[in-house]
Amino acid sequence: MNAARSVQVRLILDRFFKGIMAALSVLLMLPLLFILYYIFSQGFSALSWTFFTQLPKPVGELGGGVSNAIVGTLLLVLISALIAVPLGILMGVYLSETRKGVIPEMARLCIDTLQGIPSIVMGIIAYAWIVMPLGAFSLLSGGIALALMMLPIVTKSTEETLKLIPDSLREAAYALGAPYYTTILKVILPSGKSGILSGALIGVARVSGETAPLLFTAFGNPFMNVNIFKSVNSLPLLIFNYATSPYKDWQDIAWGASLLLVLFVLMLSILSKVVLKK
Amino acid sequence: MSNGSRPILFVELKERLFKKLLLVSGLLAIGLLLGIFFTLLMESMLSIRETGVSFLYQSIWDPVRETFGAWPFLLGTMITSVLALIISVPFSFALSLFLGEYLKEGAFRSVFNGMLDLLAGIPSIIYGFWGLFVLVPMVRDFENSIGVLAHGVGIFSSSIVLALMIIPYSASISREVISLVPQDLKEAALSLGATPWEVIQKVILPYAKSGMFAGVLMSFGRAISETMAVTMLIGNSNKIPTSLFSPANTLASVIANEFAEASEALYLSSLVELALILFFVTAIFSLLGRYIIKKWMPVQ
Repeated sequence: MNAARSVQVRLILDRFFKGIMAALSVLLMLPLLFILYYIFSQGFSALSWTFFTQLPKPVGELGGGVSNAIVGTLLLVLISALIAVPLGILMGVYLSETRKGVIPEMARLCIDTLQGIPSIVMGIIAYAWIVMPLGAFSLLSGGIALALMMLPIVTKSTEETLKLIPDSLREAAYALGAPYYTTILKVILPSGKSGILSGALIGVARVSGETAPLLFTAFGNPFMNVNIFKSVNSLPLLIFNYATSPYKDWQDIAWGASLLLVLFVLMLSILSKVVLKK
Repeated sequence: MSNGSRPILFVELKERLFKKLLLVSGLLAIGLLLGIFFTLLMESMLSIRETGVSFLYQSIWDPVRETFGAWPFLLGTMITSVLALIISVPFSFALSLFLGEYLKEGAFRSVFNGMLDLLAGIPSIIYGFWGLFVLVPMVRDFENSIGVLAHGVGIFSSSIVLALMIIPYSASISREVISLVPQDLKEAALSLGATPWEVIQKVILPYAKSGMFAGVLMSFGRAISETMAVTMLIGNSNKIPTSLFSPANTLASVIANEFAEASEALYLSSLVELALILFFVTAIFSLLGRYIIKKWMPVQ
């Protein structure tokens, strides 16, 4: 078969398929550029001083800002990181340290499955675990819902990072008479620092744009709130509520909030790469 | 070292405690998943007892009359996700092969990589927002021009946005799988005079096809679990969809829409049962994908 084909035909075929693949790849770029252009062009005009400093205004009153949603998003992310990062590092250390056995295998399987659980289901779980017993939507429940999303990301990246650290480092520590925990805490973890930090940043970037787990946990709130037992607004929730509203000025604010959110996520993911390179 | 001055017993105790702590964290991971599963099961018990298996094939979802059937949402989820996969697979395969075999270095490669990162980084809600204001009017015009009832929102719009959202994910899996193909096999083929396309056709695809298939399964799981963008674009109709352009609802979108306003116990419980189904389906797809990659992709 092939012998019958001339070299010319084979080269043309090669170019042809290369062209198709390049064309599909470039075609894929168009919607992305389109989306980015839209967010920037619509969002930029909504940004102003009052956008950052004022509370949302009720329907019919022009102006107002999203200060409560910015504070809410930062608090939610902070709470979830406080829970998920230490726990995720601990789990990652456990998984990378004990590679064989029933319990680590099971734990690894569970972390993989946790990672695939839809965000909306995590919202229901946080609702059942926190909102129902406490009887109110709260900042705390939103933070826990996000922590559930962040935990497998931090765990996996910690495990992957620590797996790559050469055994000779550990052996050197043992040879000096260092006990196990000293070896882990003072030798293994510090040498994986940048990878772990980068994983944590990726986790934060992932959850800071999440809306679904917050719908019935943080719930949204037109006022400023820093009380962890009360409902709180967040940028994604605000975008959802304002984007689906029929009011033009609310939609404009939602574009501004979208731009802010995209920049925040983008900054975090760039930061995670910078950290990793060091 | 200061360790020398500490009593050895103290060190041993700390050592044991530390190992226990690690073990507890591993057990916590298992406990967390079991806890999630049992919470969903307990909360949906009322609905499971009340409607039984008919929940799965009953086609009417009417909270007012307390009739709950998940069939319209199962169907809606299937159709949107399959359509999104059909749209996204050619792009993600082309992209991963193009970057893996043709464009191995240079500025364009970083442009494409950056683009994939960006696509993956844009939050779901913003895809939904953009879709609602930009894509939906375009789809509505398109529907007008082909003469179907023009909703704009519906399965078609959600599938397009869903496809865009899963491309970075599926492309990253297939790139990873393609990178597992041994370099010497490729070089051997090239040295025999094969063109790059023939290397793809005769070496890479046969070697990586099961892994690529696994990637498709995992992307399917991802598409099923996507919530916000779909909620904003699918039109929220609890009826069985009649065409690719009709509004519908997916498992995730109906929960997002109705959970906060569900006040009756049975209504709430039925929504949690939808979440339980979602939990099972996504778990199966992600585990199956991982299993296939582990089993059929020989790792060096």
